[in-house]
Amino acid sequence: MQTQSIQELTNIARHLRINIIKMVHNAGCGHFGGAFSSADMLTGLFFYKLNYRPDDPFWEDRDRFVLSSGHMSAGLYAALAKLGVFNEKELMGFRKFGTPLQGHPKFNLKYGIEMSTGSLGQGLSIGNGMALAARLKNKNYRVYSLETDGGSESGMVWEGIMTAAHYKLDNRCVLFDLNNVQIDGYMSDVMNIHPVADKFRAFNWHAIEIDGNDMQQICAALDEAAATKGRPTAIIGKTIMGKGVSIFENKPKYHGVAPTDEEFKTAMQELGVQS
Amino acid sequence: MTNEPLNIATRVAYGKKLAGLGETHPEIVVLDADLSCSTKTDLFAKKFPNRFFNVGIAEQDLMGTAAGLAQCGFTVFASTFTIFATGRAWEIVRQSIAYPGFNVKICSTHSGITVGEDGASHQSLEDIALMRVIPGMKVLVPADAHQTMGMMEFMVKDKGPTFMRLGRAEVKDVFDSDYRFTLGKGEVLKQGREICIFATGYVVRAALDAAQLLASKGVQPTVVNMGSIKPIDEALIVQMASQHRLLFSVEEHSVIGGLGSAIAEVLTAKAPQRLIRLGMQDEFGQSGTGAELLKHYRLDAQGIADSISGCI
Ligand SMILES: Cc1ncc(C[n+]2csc(CCOP(=O)(O)OP(=O)(O)O)c2C)c(N)n1
Ligand SMILES: [Mg+2]
Repeated sequence: MQTQSIQELTNIARHLRINIIKMVHNAGCGHFGGAFSSADMLTGLFFYKLNYRPDDPFWEDRDRFVLSSGHMSAGLYAALAKLGVFNEKELMGFRKFGTPLQGHPKFNLKYGIEMSTGSLGQGLSIGNGMALAARLKNKNYRVYSLETDGGSESGMVWEGIMTAAHYKLDNRCVLFDLNNVQIDGYMSDVMNIHPVADKFRAFNWHAIEIDGNDMQQICAALDEAAATKGRPTAIIGKTIMGKGVSIFENKPKYHGVAPTDEEFKTAMQELGVQS
Repeated sequence: MTNEPLNIATRVAYGKKLAGLGETHPEIVVLDADLSCSTKTDLFAKKFPNRFFNVGIAEQDLMGTAAGLAQCGFTVFASTFTIFATGRAWEIVRQSIAYPGFNVKICSTHSGITVGEDGASHQSLEDIALMRVIPGMKVLVPADAHQTMGMMEFMVKDKGPTFMRLGRAEVKDVFDSDYRFTLGKGEVLKQGREICIFATGYVVRAALDAAQLLASKGVQPTVVNMGSIKPIDEALIVQMASQHRLLFSVEEHSVIGGLGSAIAEVLTAKAPQRLIRLGMQDEFGQSGTGAELLKHYRLDAQGIADSISGCI
């Protein structure tokens, strides 16, 4: 999968955003603001870097990905469908009764969902466990998780950060979506967590700061992380909540509401969908 | 009675009442963990910004901070979603709030399956059990907006830790504005015979409607609201056990450790009688609308009526 050009990857990210907004609009509820801000990093990971076989999600040597911010499930599902793990048509079942695509991810390897998440703050430690398992089993797979600024207010995240560094888990990489927004507003108003990179460094991590909506920088950082030995790596991507649709950008209100029909139309236009 | 129906979610009643109580109770401080728009503590926050603290997404910090404020004499209302308040922060609640007996009111929202589409991760089904087991913790589950406000009137006068379980979904009134809450008392909402249904929280309304459905089949159950789960109305339970031949409990909570268990504990000691516990049967919830889920888990009026019909 490493052959995708930056242009192709950017197109995939746009495709994911289209499906994300369709899913949330169709469900009448859900979270797209953060799924949009992290869509580029998720694309870089899934379509440039992740060692994964979409036709065999049970493959033992696969790289693992934990969506620590479970509310961004629409992004994960859109990416897995685009990879071909399951049929894209199933995306429209999102959040509906009886669907495997639950509001927050439910562990289901057949669908590529590596972990049940939704309660913020637990994924980083789970990823560490998977990384320790690789060491115990002499496996070369890498473990990634998507962490978020709001989610990292949980103390447990910092417990996991300590553990990953202590055990020198260089097969462990965190993608950090720094969109500066959480439910009750901007991070600066609710709970300031800056400086993020310095915190990781103080905990003995390798930290790379990038524009998390720039595909070139994302891919380069993923390569740098894989080449980093003796310590885990955090890729801290400064992103924009709602990135990709002007009316949604940097507005906390779009953390977790469905778009109105009008907003949906605008979004589809801005994402280049011909009506 | 001249009162307008409220028919609002218990969380909305909570937020409004809290903002009102803030005026007459300067000792009230409110804490939230990045969910103030959902728990409705934002109404208090807007009115009394100096007595509101948002700790971010850090529920353990929420309860620890509440304990510290309470130690210094404040009446603290701490809110977030129920699964995080009672689950994530459980041990802090036990050690730092209940053990020293601090005056913290844990009023959490989005309890049970009526959370809906967010799914199992957000649907708290264990909270009554988790809070009930902590020494000294009072456990209150309002059936509607009126009872929510009545319980809050009680809470501001009472000292010590209390857990109040609130819901996300709108609920039709069970009571009216004349309602007054008394700790440790249940209420007979409908007097029937042979069958008695004890219900708590959101599904009290459904239990009343189920009684209506059963009436057409000639079954006339008594319906009792159990808003005070700890302390529980032992006398009323004993009385109902003696007056009816079959008892049911209904809750949008696990049947393990919830209202049904609390009633069973009284029955085994004081008035052995058959009790059938309706609720979540040792399973997780899932995504769907609240109505779909209530139907699926047989906790809507029809489901409750069917379960009862199937047992008699
Ligand atoms: C432990 C826990 N507490 C609270 C919540 C409710 N919640 C869901 S998303 C969210 C805000 C998350 O902020 P962030 O992780 O930055 O995501 P973004 O708003 O950027 O999408 C909160 C408080 C939760 N899911 N888990
Ligand atoms: Mg954020």
